[in-house]
Amino acid sequence: MEFRYLPMTETDKKEMLDKIGVSSTEVLFSDIPKEVRLDRELNLKKPVSEYELKKELTEMASKNANLTEYRSFLGAGVYDHFIPSVVDHVISRQEFYTAYTPYQPEITQGELQAMFEFQTMVSELTAMPIVNSSLYDGGTAVVEAVYLSIAQTKRKKVLVSAALHPEHRQLVETAANGKKLEIVEIDYKDGVTDLEQLEKEVDEDTAAVLVQYPNFFGQIEPLEKINKLIKQQEKTMFIASSNPLSLGYLTPPGEFGADIVVGDTQVFGIPAQFGGPHCGYFATTQKLMRKVPGRFVGETVDKDGQRGFVLTLQTREQHIRREKATSNITSNQALNAVASSAAMSALGKNGVKEMTKLNMQKARYTKQKLEEVNLPAVFNGAFFNEFVIKLSKPVDVVNDALFEKGFIGGFDLGKVYPELENHMLIATTEIRLKEEIDAFVKEMGDINGY
Amino acid sequence: MATENFPLIFERSKEGRSSYNLPALDVPEVSLEEEFEDVYVRKVDAALPEVDELELMRHYTGLSNRNFGILSGFYPLGSCTMKYNPVINEDIAKLPGFSHIHPYQDPKTVQGALELMYDLQVHLEEITGMHEITLQPAAGSQGEWTSLMMIKAFHEANGDHTRNEVIVPDSAHGTNPASAAVAGFKVVEVKSNEKGLVDVEHLKRVVNENTAALMLTNPNTLGLFETEIVEMAEIVHGVGGKLFYDGANLNAIMGYSRPGDMGFDAVHLNLHKTFTGPHGGGGPGSGPIGVSEELAPFLPKPVVRKNEGLYEFDYDLPQSIGMVKGYYGNFGINVRAYTYIRTMGAEGLKKVSEYAVLNANYMMRSLEKAYELPFTQHCKHEFVLSGNNQKKLGVKTLNIAKRLLDLEIHPPTVYFPLIVEEAMMVEPTETESKETLDHFIDAMLQIADEAKNNPEIVQEAPHHTAVKRLDETTASRKPVLRFQREG
Repeated sequence: MEFRYLPMTETDKKEMLDKIGVSSTEVLFSDIPKEVRLDRELNLKKPVSEYELKKELTEMASKNANLTEYRSFLGAGVYDHFIPSVVDHVISRQEFYTAYTPYQPEITQGELQAMFEFQTMVSELTAMPIVNSSLYDGGTAVVEAVYLSIAQTKRKKVLVSAALHPEHRQLVETAANGKKLEIVEIDYKDGVTDLEQLEKEVDEDTAAVLVQYPNFFGQIEPLEKINKLIKQQEKTMFIASSNPLSLGYLTPPGEFGADIVVGDTQVFGIPAQFGGPHCGYFATTQKLMRKVPGRFVGETVDKDGQRGFVLTLQTREQHIRREKATSNITSNQALNAVASSAAMSALGKNGVKEMTKLNMQKARYTKQKLEEVNLPAVFNGAFFNEFVIKLSKPVDVVNDALFEKGFIGGFDLGKVYPELENHMLIATTEIRLKEEIDAFVKEMGDINGY
Repeated sequence: MATENFPLIFERSKEGRSSYNLPALDVPEVSLEEEFEDVYVRKVDAALPEVDELELMRHYTGLSNRNFGILSGFYPLGSCTMKYNPVINEDIAKLPGFSHIHPYQDPKTVQGALELMYDLQVHLEEITGMHEITLQPAAGSQGEWTSLMMIKAFHEANGDHTRNEVIVPDSAHGTNPASAAVAGFKVVEVKSNEKGLVDVEHLKRVVNENTAALMLTNPNTLGLFETEIVEMAEIVHGVGGKLFYDGANLNAIMGYSRPGDMGFDAVHLNLHKTFTGPHGGGGPGSGPIGVSEELAPFLPKPVVRKNEGLYEFDYDLPQSIGMVKGYYGNFGINVRAYTYIRTMGAEGLKKVSEYAVLNANYMMRSLEKAYELPFTQHCKHEFVLSGNNQKKLGVKTLNIAKRLLDLEIHPPTVYFPLIVEEAMMVEPTETESKETLDHFIDAMLQIADEAKNNPEIVQEAPHHTAVKRLDETTASRKPVLRFQREG
């Protein structure tokens, strides 16, 4: 078998062993004690040629029903949006693709500047002055926001809206076990966070209140009222998880007094990829700047006075006071942040607004058409591009039937909200054309027997 | 590389230009005014750039020209394993059947993806010698934390509620103590001895009935194999603690030794390092973990299982620590790792480690006269030099690093590990040829010579980069973290 990534020749090997002064490479491994030496070959599948492997893996991929072939109405945190062609061409530049973290700024200005631009774009969308250069994903960003609120307030109780993404709630629960936090879930009412319960629970032990905007049901949380409730307690922090695309139309959380805004930029230029990698963002106020996890890129000058960019404010990370760290985040999601930046640049000021509105208009059309086949939305507040309907049958039965017709149906809410059995969360993005929506609605009507 | 001041994309922006092209509004438009209270309608548009497509492509191409990737040149960044990222991996990851699938699709409709995950798990189990693997953590740090949370859950399940200490060597990766702290543990340091290995006598003194785990990488961050690993495992297990393996350095031992056989109970892997995911300028990565049978019940949800030929997600795990990352991990990176493993097989992976170690030792022996070598035994995949000799001449390690930039080589990791003064941590990897290694050796010898005879040229470096030495102090004291339009 030839290994095309390994340039070593027998001549090289001999010359190098001579230089080292050993007879064989085995000598270099002689420090591994016998009892922990592997005395057999690893039992792995035999390597195959490039051609055969491509064939095998292409066949494996084709066993998956993908979103380019099926018309999808599934969202629930991961969305099927248009990705401009420029995105892939930008991030395929090897200088971005194969680089490491920009520890040597003189030769990594490209990456650093791209991150600085990402920070600026997310700052614009969220109306928060401080944005880091990305985190693993939206869920991780939610957890890190909770950590920051705990460190800042020295309190241990966190109120979490039941209309926050169910997986993000689970992540907070898992993390809470490490830090011995008390997590209190605030129920939802009419599809949004129950303000009465929230008011009762916010007290002087509350580190933070965590809501999603638009929330998991697609509904718009009343951030203005929520902020007023929270700010009755001086120190309690207001954390909003927000889909950045929706902020092309919605008033950004920064304008409602949020202390931390987090979310995922998957909506801009990042394919679903079975749930990852995506790209978390973390935005906050000037006051909290020095407590933010992860990396920042800052502008500075070189010794000739020329503008340049560097990683900065890294004392929190792993370099100093490491055993007292409040976060263990190291890498970010740089490449996907560049992808999102390229997508946001391609759309630009007007394109993002237009894409946001297309999502809203098409979702409303879908909702109205479903009403016409007796599948009305169950929550009636303002919404973004997702809404909840009640079916006459179990969601998986309906989704199986839809799949037969080339559709990927919505999210089965009964799986995580027992009271919402037979309820489906439907997402409509800008790429669902009218004829696809009409065909979907017709199937939905037929399957549900109306 | 271009040397002129390079504009921000916001500075290229001109009102009225665009490079987007969206589907038309093909449904009847409805008014949103009635639905939304005015306070929830954005008043000022986000000031995103307005550029045409050519300008956008020129901008990012220009940025990429001001960046250094593996294909730009040698990248011997210690502990980062900057090996070649095979291009077939990218072709496979971009297949619509892998890139355009939704995590909440019915598992019946994504059997290929689950098959890949399952098979990758099986391969990683064999490579590490562990009982079960989860692909969920997004990065090494999340893998570390997940492992510690599982160890914590294990102890608590045994009624061991007082085990609140995690032992970390003074040479460890910085994330180790940080992960331990975030998991709620107290960090206890164990010292290295004069050979650069964990001081076993000191380890004996710091373990006790409160020891939850020892975090260790082997080979360690000095590139040295912890020869007393068997004894260390006995010491930690002897007091009821667990061993966690930091897999950042797995590239050195594949096919030669397995963490599971060394006595480790939990192992994290950096798939993007050892298994060739491109680092992307700092992510995305992927940090799966492998665990012993004892720890398996505590794995995060969900676990991929094979049941009568059908792959499925198992969420019914009563002792699970819960979910640690949304969905199922960084699937896209895992596809690349799987592709690589299938390209190399057992024989190839063993050769990887053989050549990674050969390359490192060759470079180490070629440089040991010009630079101080604090630990003289054979190294594994990386080694640490000290710039102490040069420092006496007024040339610091940072200067050496910057001088390498002039020679179009990415510098080694500098000032790490913390226990070596003026440290330079060099990791060549197996994908570099002898010619490239010789080029680096020549460059390092040239700089050592310059430090003696022409120190200014090193002290003032870099001379040929797009920007010169940057003012990091001002960046940190008066942070400017976003573009502000003037006026």
